[in-house]
Parts: sequence; structure tokens; C-alpha cells
Amino acid sequence: MLFTSYEFIGFVALLLVLYYLIPKRFQWMLLLVASYVFYILADPMYLPYILVTTFTTYAAALIMQKDADKTSDYLKLHKEDMEKDARKAYKAARKKVRARVMTLCILINVGILMFVKYVNFIIGNVNSVLQVGDPAGQFALLDVIVPMGISFYTFMALSYLIDVYRGTVRAESNPGKLALFITFFPHIVQGPISRYGDLSVTLFEEHAFDKTKVSFGLQRIMWGFFKKLVVADRIMPAVTTVIGDTEGGHRGMYALVCVIFYTIELYADFTGGIDITIGIAEALGITVKENFERPYFSMSLKEYWRRWHITMCSWFRDYIFYPVSGSKWLQKFTKFSRKTFGEKVGRRLPVYISSFIVWFTTGLWHGASWNFIVWGLLNYLVLMISEEFEPLYDRFHNRFKWSNTRAYDLFRILRTFLLICVLNLFDCFEHVGDTFKMLASIFTVHNWNELAEGGLLNIGMSGLDYLIILLAVIVMITVSLLQRKESVRVQIAALKYPVRVLIWFGLFLCILLVGAYGIGYDSSQFIYNRF
Amino acid sequence: MEELLEILSNLHPDVDFENEEGLIDNMILDSFDIVTLISEISENFDVTISAEHIIPDNFNSAKALYALIEKLEDED
Amino acid sequence: MKKSKKVIVILVTVAIIIAVLYFLQKLLVPKYVDGIVEGALVAEYYQEENKDFDVIFIGDCEVYENFSPVALWEEYGINSYIRGSAEQYIFQSYYLLEDTLRYHKPEVVVFNIQSLQFGKAQNEAYNRMSIEGMKWSKSKVDCIKASMTEEEDFITYVFPILRYHSRWNEITSEDFKYMFKSKKISHNGYFMRIDVKAAENVPTGRPLGNYDFDENAWKYLDMMRELCDENDIKLIMIKAPSLYPYWYDQYDAQVVDYAKKYNLPYYNFLSLGDETGIDYSTDTYDGGLHMNLSGAEKLSHYFGNILVNEYGVSDRRGDATLEAIWNEKIKDYNAEIEAQKIKYGID
Repeated sequence: MLFTSYEFIGFVALLLVLYYLIPKRFQWMLLLVASYVFYILADPMYLPYILVTTFTTYAAALIMQKDADKTSDYLKLHKEDMEKDARKAYKAARKKVRARVMTLCILINVGILMFVKYVNFIIGNVNSVLQVGDPAGQFALLDVIVPMGISFYTFMALSYLIDVYRGTVRAESNPGKLALFITFFPHIVQGPISRYGDLSVTLFEEHAFDKTKVSFGLQRIMWGFFKKLVVADRIMPAVTTVIGDTEGGHRGMYALVCVIFYTIELYADFTGGIDITIGIAEALGITVKENFERPYFSMSLKEYWRRWHITMCSWFRDYIFYPVSGSKWLQKFTKFSRKTFGEKVGRRLPVYISSFIVWFTTGLWHGASWNFIVWGLLNYLVLMISEEFEPLYDRFHNRFKWSNTRAYDLFRILRTFLLICVLNLFDCFEHVGDTFKMLASIFTVHNWNELAEGGLLNIGMSGLDYLIILLAVIVMITVSLLQRKESVRVQIAALKYPVRVLIWFGLFLCILLVGAYGIGYDSSQFIYNRF
Repeated sequence: MEELLEILSNLHPDVDFENEEGLIDNMILDSFDIVTLISEISENFDVTISAEHIIPDNFNSAKALYALIEKLEDED
Repeated sequence: MKKSKKVIVILVTVAIIIAVLYFLQKLLVPKYVDGIVEGALVAEYYQEENKDFDVIFIGDCEVYENFSPVALWEEYGINSYIRGSAEQYIFQSYYLLEDTLRYHKPEVVVFNIQSLQFGKAQNEAYNRMSIEGMKWSKSKVDCIKASMTEEEDFITYVFPILRYHSRWNEITSEDFKYMFKSKKISHNGYFMRIDVKAAENVPTGRPLGNYDFDENAWKYLDMMRELCDENDIKLIMIKAPSLYPYWYDQYDAQVVDYAKKYNLPYYNFLSLGDETGIDYSTDTYDGGLHMNLSGAEKLSHYFGNILVNEYGVSDRRGDATLEAIWNEKIKDYNAEIEAQKIKYGID
């Protein structure tokens, strides 16, 4: 069931009605049932995977929790008769046991994820390294199914597991509740990667019908549909045409347009989807963490990565970057590198190593192919270079006062946006070389004359489509700017009743009439061909 | 405490670490600074700050950070 | 605000919103008043004041362009109606018949078997033209379910605005003019053309891998036969004399067998050329695909005789009410002939 399908709208509507009709203590159970229905409808074959992840995580977390509780009880009981060293040794020994349980569970679940997502990638690479030309001599690719949302739910399960180990959350004793946390249908397809500590507060609570929450939720859902249907799905044909043109006819000017369009599409599609997710949760009374904070207004790539796909970035930060940076071997290496390379370089080297690991895995997480890895490492490269130049920037801003003006900020925003556009293009081509060729063509292929000849009208979008996109992008920018003060929905709620109704009904009509959904009316389809 | 303040001001000489209460919330320290901090602290105080301690509450002020170090020293 | 006032405000808002959506929907659905008028055929039936027709034709363009109820009335006093639509699939024919029986039971149903070659809908646009005109009933619901292609959703038939939402940039003055009324385009379901384009070099069909009709098509023919039996209606199968789409001998043999098995009459007009007198150089307007007025009247003359003499269809002339209705229809019919003569420059 796609978010943008009639079935899904019906499904959510029915769920909302039931949710507020049934006794409140059953609400979370209804969500669990709905989530499993949603998941099974996608494909019943996915079910074993998510069940294995759910139960291993549930069991491992519970074992660790029991052990941690027992340990602290034991220590309390023997407070008087144990030496400090003995206490410490006991504690460390118990922790080691818990670490083993956690490691085993991580291995199982990362193993599943690696297997379904990366086994064919690995086989493909092995084949190309061995350079066996004859297909008979190659390792055959496996026919594996990739369960829906596995990258997301696995990461959520792991964060829960590690948090229990760290003692930041208590293990859930009710398997149904943990299953709901992992399977919660609004965020299983594309995140956000919620943390148990954040989500569990409202997920299992009893919720009375709250008019404001429900209407705010529905408004957010509508806004998501606007972004997805009016912007993303309308701009998509142009992007697909240019990218899909393997002959290379659409390069130069088209490449530049496509690069920008893809970045708009990605934003509208991803943030729109997350709006729908968070909106559904909000209408159910559940708070899901925000995943974006006006990312395209960032003034540097570093800032962008604090504002784009926030839950993923913070996952990598908390569960990979910090543990790696703080690990004993890296600390040892720090000492070594300081001695060998001197204070300045020596201090930076370990950070570079752990960042490299983070960006490599981030790339790999996005997809099992080299272009994503290159994408991750390019991000890494830009981030590290700007990190090195930071003192230079500071001096520059101190020296030239004009660089602290709004106009210069705007320049920085545009510069960052273009950088993001270029980096995003690596999503689009499986072969990294194609991406570079495409980017190079912007400078080498001089077909700007085709712009005047209406070339842009031949890539799957009409003049009217461009106008709609332009207006919709203006609307999105305006909303983003308004958001800086406070939630736009709060601002609208403060307006007079008729104005409010006009705004929301207007948005609804925009989606209804201008949305690129359904079969689409093309009068030529209806030209009766006399047969 | 003096020692900690010195480490901190080496990182960002222009910040008033004695009084600032939102080092993380106001994005004064980024993840790079935190990693540097961790290794500095382990060098100077002989404690290990592991990932589970890296939460905003522990890093928002010099005071909180010092409290964390003391707690870890006590445990070790 | 007082609670009662609040409720009223909300009710008024909801009413306004529904009204706006309703008007938008009316505006956006295609009106089929010129150009592609075939989409209007199915709905026109319901405007008939007197629906006690003795003969009902059902099928695709091979019935609604090839038989003239006016000619049948004038020569034989046969009170008939054609429930035809463009590329009407066999399941749609069945449900249109079901729908027709809700109003009146005819003595004879004539079904053109060309659509047996399709087991399922081939084209969403044709589904729209055949189904949207139907009034809501169980038959319509079943018809939609039987017809939908994979890309379609049931709800778009309930709220056609979901289907036609992007038509807003093609709205013309006609869309406003015909929001709540329609223009009559047929004569009891007959779609008239009087111009001539002779059939030349009609290609023979290219060989097919498999000539067997789909099981689903047979299922609906069975259902149609049974429905007629239950209601004591004579079912007559025909194949209109359209030269294209090509009617294979292998197709025909299957129909002949079926007719024999269930003792149903079957007339293949393709092989009755001498009897009907169809002349492909004068009686078709598009090179043999469809009959023009001359061809349709020849067919009506020949087939009306069979209906009266072999199946005892009553001569209703003399019924004052019917006479009055038909006199009006004849006037319209002749007026359109005159209008088309001017349009196509024919004396």
C-alpha cells in the first residue's frame, strides 16, 4: 500500500475512527494489528524477517535488563561486605556478559540486513575482481527478497538494544509493545528512525480524542500530499527523461536543470512522506521526532547534515561515530598519532578515521552499490576539507565585514544548495562515471540554444507543469520561511475561521486538481479511434 | 575544574565556558569537538567516557561535564 | 460562541465545501457533446419517457451505427432501442442488459458477438465511456468490478473528479453549458452518419496464434443466455457486416457451434451480403468499418422483416402514445439528415 493510494487513505481513515471508538487501553493493540496488516499486505513473505528481528531484540534486551537488575540488587545486598575493587570487578564481569548478549543479537540482525541487502553486491564484486568472463564460471547471484523497510526497522531495533545495554532505557517486557515499536506502520517504509526512549512515551499511552491534535495531524498529512503529488510526482518525468537518456542526448543545459530538479524532487518526496508519517502519528496522539529542519537553507554542508534526515544522522553519530571515537584502540591510536604527527595533526587524525567509517557505512546503508559509497565518501571529503579551512573562514569573516551581511548568507545558502545538488546526483546513476560525465557535460556541452527553442518542453513536462512547479516551490519556500517563527499550523489556527477554512480547503483543492495522480487526463486517450 | 576549563577554552577560545549552559543545545560544540574532548579528558583525568555517556545533558555545560568526570573517577 | 451557533457554522462550511466539490466534478467530467460523442450514448437511454421497447440491441459500434430504430418503426412498427457504446466489452453488455431489464422486459434481445474476442477490458478510456453513463445500481457496481483494468480504482467511478481532475486546463464553454443537461446525439441509440467512404483493399486478418475465445467471455455469454431464458426473452446473436476488425472463420465456427448447442439463432451479416444488399462502395462511411445511413437502413429493412416474421415482434403502430413519440423522433431524424447533408455537402 503506497502512501499515495486510495487504499492507504481509506486504511488510515478507518484506523482513526476505530482508534477513538474502542476502549483506550486497546489503542496500542489496534495499532499493532494495523501495522501487521499493513506489513502483510505488502508481502506475507516479509513477515519472518521482521519477526526474527523483533523476537531476538526483545529477548536479548530482556536478558540484559534482568541481568542489570540482578547485578544492582546483588551489589546493594552486599554493600557492606564487599571491597570497592571486588564490586568493580563484579560489575565489569556482568557487563561483559551483557555485552556478549548484545553482540550476538547485533550480529544476527546486522547479518540479516547484510545478507538481504548486500549479498548480491558482494557476489557481484567478487566476480568482477576474479574477472571471470564466462558466466558459467561466475558465482550466481542469489534470488533474495528485501523485506520492506528493513534498513529502518533494523536500525530502530539496534538503537533500542544498545540503549538497553547502556541503561538509557529499560527493556520492554511486553513483546507486543516492542513489536509495535519496530513495526509501527507510518514509519516502517521510510523512517524516521525513531528511538525507543522518544517514541514509547506516547506510543503506548491512552489517547482521548483531541480535536486540535487530530486536525493538526490531518493538516500535516495534507501538506505531505501536496509536496508528494503536486511537486515530486509532477517533476519526476523530467528527471527520469534526462537521467534515463543513456544515449546522452540530454546533457549540458538539460543536465543542469535535471540536477536541480532532482534535488527538488528528493526534498518534496522525502519530506512529504515524512510529513504524512508524522501527521498520521500526530492524529493518533503520538509524537514522532522531526526528521528535517528546513535543510536547504543550510549555509554549509555540515549544517545541512544536522538538518536533513536528522534521525539517521544522529543514529550514525550515537551508535557509530561516538563508540568508534571513544573506543580503546582509537584512543590508543590518538596517543600514538599525537606523538608521531604532532599535536595539531595528531589530534585530528582519529576524528578523520571515525568519520570515514561513518560516511562509508552511511553510503552503504543507502544502497548496495558503489555509487552510494562514492556519494558517502564525497560528503566526507567535502566535510573534512571545510573542517580544515574553518580557521581560514573565521579570519575571512573577521577581515571582511561585508561577508557578514544577509546577502552573503544568501550566497552561502545557494552555494550549499548547488553542492547538495551535485552530491545528490550520485543517487541517480549506478555507474559513478555516468554521474561525472553528466556533471562535466554542464560545462562541455553547449546546448543553451535549445532552451530558447523550447527544449525543456520535450522532456515530459509541459509549460503548465513548469508553472505549477514554480508556484509550488514558492509556496514551499514561503512555508519554510514562516516556519522559522513557529509551526505554520499554529499560525494559521490563530487566523479567523473563514480564512482558515479557505487556506486548508484551498490546499485540498490544489492537491485534488493539480496533483499528478491517477491515470491523468489526456484527451487523446478519449479520442475514439473508430474501431 | 580549572584543568577542564583550560581544555575547553583551547577548543573555542571565544566561549565563556564558565557560564554557558547550552554547549550542545546552542551548537557551540559539534561532534568533532566532543571527540577531541573525550581524548583530552582521558589523557588528563584518567577516565574513559564511553558512547553511552555522550548525551546532551552531560555536555551542555562545563559543570555538567565535570560532574560526569567526577562520577566516573569515583566508579573507577 | 454558543454551541448551537458553532454547530451551524460547521454545517454551513461542510455544505459549502460539498457544493463546491460537486460543481467542480460536474464541470470537470467530459461532456461528450461534440468530437467524441460516443461517451454520451449509455446515459441517453434513461431520458426515454416510455421504455417499453420490444427489441433491445446491445453491443459495440457494430450495433449503434448499423441499425436504425427509426427505420424499423417506420417500416415495421417495431419499438426498439440500441444500448450500444464504443468498444463495449461482453461483460459490459451483460450488465447493461441487466440494467435495461430493471425498466422493462423486451421480447427480443439482439447481441452483436464481436466482443467475444475480448476476455477482459483492453482500454480504460472505453470503460469510462461504457460505464459512466449508467445509473447507479447493483448492475453498475458489478459492471465496474468486471471491467476495471489494473491501473483503475473503484472509487474513481464513484467520484469521477478523481479521474478527470487534471482536465481543468481543457475546460471550454461547452463544459459550463452542459454541466447539468445534455444534448441528444442519438436516435434511440443509433448514431447517424450519412457520408460515404467506400471500402477498398480491406486487409485480411493476420494469422493469430490462438483463435479460442477467452473463458471469461464465454462466461458472460452464458450468463446473458441464462438471463434471457429466465425472463422469457428471445436472444438473437448477430455479427454485423463490418469488414474490420477482421472476423476470422475460426471465430465464426465457435459461435455457430455455440448457437447450435443452445439452439440460439445466429445471423452473420458478413455472409448475407446478397440478401441484405449491402454495397461496400456506397453503404459505409469509413471504408467498411461502420455502415452509414444507407447501410443501416438496408440492414434494418432486412433484419426487421426477420424480427416480425420469425420472432413475432409486434407491430405497435396504432398505439397513439407511441405514435406521438415516434413522430417527434422521425422529425429529429429527418432534421439531422438534412443537417448532415449540408455538413458533408451531399444533395
